Amino acid sequence: MQKAIKRYWPIFVLPTLAAFIIGFIIPFIQGVYLAFCQFTTVRDATFNGISNFIRALSDNTFTHAFWYNCAFVVVTTIAINVGGLVVALILTKAIRGRNIFRTVFFMPNLIGGIVLGYIWQILLNCVLSLLERPLLNLDATAGFWGLVILMCWQQIGYMMIIYVAGLQSIPDTLVEAAEIDGATRWQTFWRVKLPMLMPSITICLFLTITNSFKLFDQNMALTGGQPAHQSELLAYNIYYTFYGRSGPQWRGIGQAKAVIFCAIVVVIALVQLRLTRRREVQQ
Amino acid sequence: MKRKTQRANCLWSVVMTIVCVLYLYPIFMVLMNSLKVENAISTSTAFELPTAETFAGLANYENAISVQGFLSSLFYTTFITVTSVLAILIFCSMFAWYITRVNTKVTKALYLLCAFSMVVPFQMVMFTLSSIADTLKLNTPWVLWIIYLGFGAGLAVFMFCGFMRSVPIDMEEASLIDGCSPLQTYFYIVFPLLRPTMISVAVLEAMWIWNDYLLPTLILDLENYKTISMLIQMFRGSYGRVEMGPMMACIMLAILPIIVVYLVGQKYIIKGVVAGAVKG
Repeated sequence: MQKAIKRYWPIFVLPTLAAFIIGFIIPFIQGVYLAFCQFTTVRDATFNGISNFIRALSDNTFTHAFWYNCAFVVVTTIAINVGGLVVALILTKAIRGRNIFRTVFFMPNLIGGIVLGYIWQILLNCVLSLLERPLLNLDATAGFWGLVILMCWQQIGYMMIIYVAGLQSIPDTLVEAAEIDGATRWQTFWRVKLPMLMPSITICLFLTITNSFKLFDQNMALTGGQPAHQSELLAYNIYYTFYGRSGPQWRGIGQAKAVIFCAIVVVIALVQLRLTRRREVQQ
Repeated sequence: MKRKTQRANCLWSVVMTIVCVLYLYPIFMVLMNSLKVENAISTSTAFELPTAETFAGLANYENAISVQGFLSSLFYTTFITVTSVLAILIFCSMFAWYITRVNTKVTKALYLLCAFSMVVPFQMVMFTLSSIADTLKLNTPWVLWIIYLGFGAGLAVFMFCGFMRSVPIDMEEASLIDGCSPLQTYFYIVFPLLRPTMISVAVLEAMWIWNDYLLPTLILDLENYKTISMLIQMFRGSYGRVEMGPMMACIMLAILPIIVVYLVGQKYIIKGVVAGAVKG
């Protein structure tokens, strides 16, 4: 069978492979190489060793963006997952209109990051001006929490859908058995439902962590890094280094930052992979 | 006991109704402001309903369509999304079938590369990708699907492979022995089986491509082609005063088709998301 299929490789493999080479493999390899060069276009690159990396790491806006991003990941991961799980628990009860509620909660997910960013910019600025506080682009703390609220609004519905599917796959007999044995609701939740939900929780944690790390559109639309790079996440910091700064050295530094960023995201993904594998063995 | 839970559920219903109304408020706020005249839209009055004096009717929407060129953006976005998703569904599923059924070192390496490309952030390749797209003249909406096929292949191939491993090989062998070519086997036997996974992949990729901002901005020629996300960003990106009224109208017009598609295809979208999450 393999032999018969093998002869057809130009039809099956070639279209995707060609696009994959153009769209990913070449840009990636070139990107890694350019991180060690000074350049303004791809053709005028001159090799300059690891000096881009040294400059990237000594760039204050980059280290600030890194810690800001870490704080953002921690806060949003907790808020979104707790929020999503609570909503999922409520919406798996026999409530009237629960399908409508699910529909509403999921909807913000389908709206693009740029649109969401501007909607919330208008809304939060109005709230801030009514409270007589500085607007979003003048106050980095307000920018941080604004972005957290925006992400919760967008992502709680998505995680809720995954948690609802997880909760529905728990057999009723387990919950009933716990109740007959005299477990309180609280105990049933912590000792029965939560352990059964672990696969969903791992998926949701991973999704929220990578989403928050890679966040770009919402960050750019909501605050655009204002004031003075104080509300920049890593992705936006890299974008700004590339296209917002003048000077021949910045593109190389931007590419070096991108390589570091990529390495961080890959490490998180590998950790995630190992955690899920280990759990599969246990089951 | 039963009556008590019933009453509790009723209470939850009321609470959730209130939460849902609050949840929808941001969209309602945009709708409200899109109906106001330009100088009535300000930061501190965004929550006020339009009054008789500030009501602008549909003027902002007319502006969005005739002056800002919303319809051409809608066309480009739709065209790019549809062509890219179709290309991804057809070519990536074929690719995935080949690399699951042919077991060599090369196919294994390709699978790992695809999985790896899913993780890599776009900022890593944005500069080099846009320069390659320029050299190869892939910088128009008509061929942008090639870029999306390349960059979106990871997720699609990963999900298709996950599904194909669970499909028994017997049927395909039987059809090959009966004299079907691999192409016929693929399109008559395997392709119909893929429907549920196709829906998942289509939903996830469409959500990404429709809303994508950075990739089209860096690759397309800004003067001639604007997707919806680019159009809305242009309001802020250009110098001078931001025209708030038309911007609100554009945001509303951008949300409208999404809501319609969502309400029509809700069942598939939610199924697709759940399946994608479980496998991804």
